[in-house]
Amino acid sequence: MSVQTLFQHLANGISLGSLYALIAIGYTMVYGILRLVNFAHGEIFMLGAYIAFYGMAYTPLPWWLVFILAALLTGVIGLLLERLAYRPLRGKARITVLISAIGASFLIQNLAILIFGGRPKAFPVPDIFSGILVVGGVSISTVTFVIPAVTLILLFALTYWINKTKTGMAMRALSKEYEAASLMGIDINKVISITFFVGSFLGAVGGIMWGIKYPQLIPLMGVIPGIKCFIAAVIGGIGNIKGAVLGGFILGLGEILLVALFPSLTGFRDAFAFVLLIIILLIKPTGLMGEKIAEKV
Amino acid sequence: MIRGDRMNKKHLAILMTVAMGMGIFSACGTKTSTPTEPEVIKIGVFEPLTGGSAAGGQMTVEGIELANKKVSEVLGKKVELVIADNKSDKVEAANAVSRLIDNDKVVAIIGSYGSSLSMAAGDIVKTAKIPTVGCSPTNPLVTIGNDYYFRVCFIDPFQGTVMANYAFGELGAKTAAIIQDVQQDYSVGLSNYFVKAFKALTGSEASIVETSSYNSGDQDFTAQLTNIKSKNPDVIFAPGNYGESALLIKQARELGITVPILGGDTWEAPDFLEIGKEAVEGAAFSSHFTAAAPVTDVSKTFLTDYKAEYGVDANAFAALGYDAYMLIIDAIKRADSADSAKIRDAIAATKDFVGSTGNITLDTNGDAVKSAVINKVVNGKFEYFTTIEP
Repeated sequence: MSVQTLFQHLANGISLGSLYALIAIGYTMVYGILRLVNFAHGEIFMLGAYIAFYGMAYTPLPWWLVFILAALLTGVIGLLLERLAYRPLRGKARITVLISAIGASFLIQNLAILIFGGRPKAFPVPDIFSGILVVGGVSISTVTFVIPAVTLILLFALTYWINKTKTGMAMRALSKEYEAASLMGIDINKVISITFFVGSFLGAVGGIMWGIKYPQLIPLMGVIPGIKCFIAAVIGGIGNIKGAVLGGFILGLGEILLVALFPSLTGFRDAFAFVLLIIILLIKPTGLMGEKIAEKV
Repeated sequence: MIRGDRMNKKHLAILMTVAMGMGIFSACGTKTSTPTEPEVIKIGVFEPLTGGSAAGGQMTVEGIELANKKVSEVLGKKVELVIADNKSDKVEAANAVSRLIDNDKVVAIIGSYGSSLSMAAGDIVKTAKIPTVGCSPTNPLVTIGNDYYFRVCFIDPFQGTVMANYAFGELGAKTAAIIQDVQQDYSVGLSNYFVKAFKALTGSEASIVETSSYNSGDQDFTAQLTNIKSKNPDVIFAPGNYGESALLIKQARELGITVPILGGDTWEAPDFLEIGKEAVEGAAFSSHFTAAAPVTDVSKTFLTDYKAEYGVDANAFAALGYDAYMLIIDAIKRADSADSAKIRDAIAATKDFVGSTGNITLDTNGDAVKSAVINKVVNGKFEYFTTIEP
């Protein structure tokens, strides 16, 4: 394999990995604060992409405004999801909420098939993202730079917000001890709503970026990325935001290199993610950056 | 706790008793109410209306519904279509066909777009002895060893050869790379026939420089394409679902691959053009039919009717759906009966049936022997290039 080909593979891997990382952040944030695996996150991701699609196709608004509004609207949907599917079950066994999450996921999938139709929609990619840069024989599309940049910006913004602001402090308090937090005068409902809003907002950003990179929208597009990004979050240490980003990059690069170096194993591409998950769970159940979990519990 | 458990068990026992009772009653119900001759003739349709092959399935169903509208009665009885979505999924395909046979009591079945989906239903229709006519499943294995499965399209050994000839003769390609969807019998089969024909044409085993794979539903093909790029083939053969293929071609162009990319009949979907945009410009593929070159009188009426009904030009899948329905109606007429066994024999004896996609004569396997056309994407539209006789 030539150096050029190797660099091309690395560029491809980083590009895919940053996308996984972006979606994994939303997953891990909700878990870190509520101890709830929001299995409907993949569907939120799908809704974000579809809302952006309809906004681009049917409103005269500029693309960047559509993207922001779509992400905000998806955030509101996430908020509603929490209201309808999770809040009524608060305080019940964790498995009940988990099953409710799976149910919500199926419900949204099938509603999407009914409303959006089964045929794929072509995501209208703004011209600014479709440029291609050739550096020393390695072709990199503009979106390959945009996605990691968006991922890192959101990562830093989120870390700052959680560590330095009052709401962030309330979230961290909530993640340690529900009741004590509420006794300290924290409005639990409000904080949880904000968490879901932000988590879904991030999911929508992931969905829109996904649409730009792979401009084919289908109602079930959230299923596989949803599972993979959950795995990415677990690899990095679920609940840990930086870990989710690390996990996303590991998964994306790993997948590309698996296909690149062992073409005969291509069929096992999705299985690779699960094998990696099992290995991590056996060797380091708290994930690569999840040491803090013991302290949290 | 213990008390709760007991209560649950009691409830469960009552529930089960009720359920079993209802089962018995409903069983009696169906037995007594089944009439000997049905008032309507039911024809089942199983096609992918959602999932990865949705566009192909929906276009086929449009053709079938148009045909049903045109000829809605046979032997003085109304023909009713029962349409089931197989969700582009092999398990769902088997379920859909079982449901059509067991619940809806259809006398014949049309479907499905997608060879794997058709093969998933093969054993079920064979056991139930319900004649089934495929519209566009092109893998040879769909009909081999199955006396109840027929089709109105050509098969992949022919299609693969046509594309290999095009690559070698028309494009002057000496080397080719393959990228196939390993979950689709269609894609793997077609690739194999292409490889065989291409090697024979070039006279060199080394003319296929790379064979890579992906799975249905994959969105990222950059790793495979980067490997292909490093081998520098003259042409890439990439048969697969229109959605995956459009993304694949787009990514190939982004990686700086400029050689022609060829595929099979599944690419003929407007979605292919919408997703691929300018990247799919120049992509060439084989198909069954083209609005640009009507082959029979039926083609002309079909094209006019289709345009009047749906406002756009008809494509190969709609035409094949139309033909499959008309062929079954023709068989019912010739059999003079709505009995599945008699319909089967009449379908098997089909000779020189004039369809919209050409004259259909079924061979001993139940396959149609027909010409193929090659289409090319020019200025964001499918354009007819040439017709190739078998």
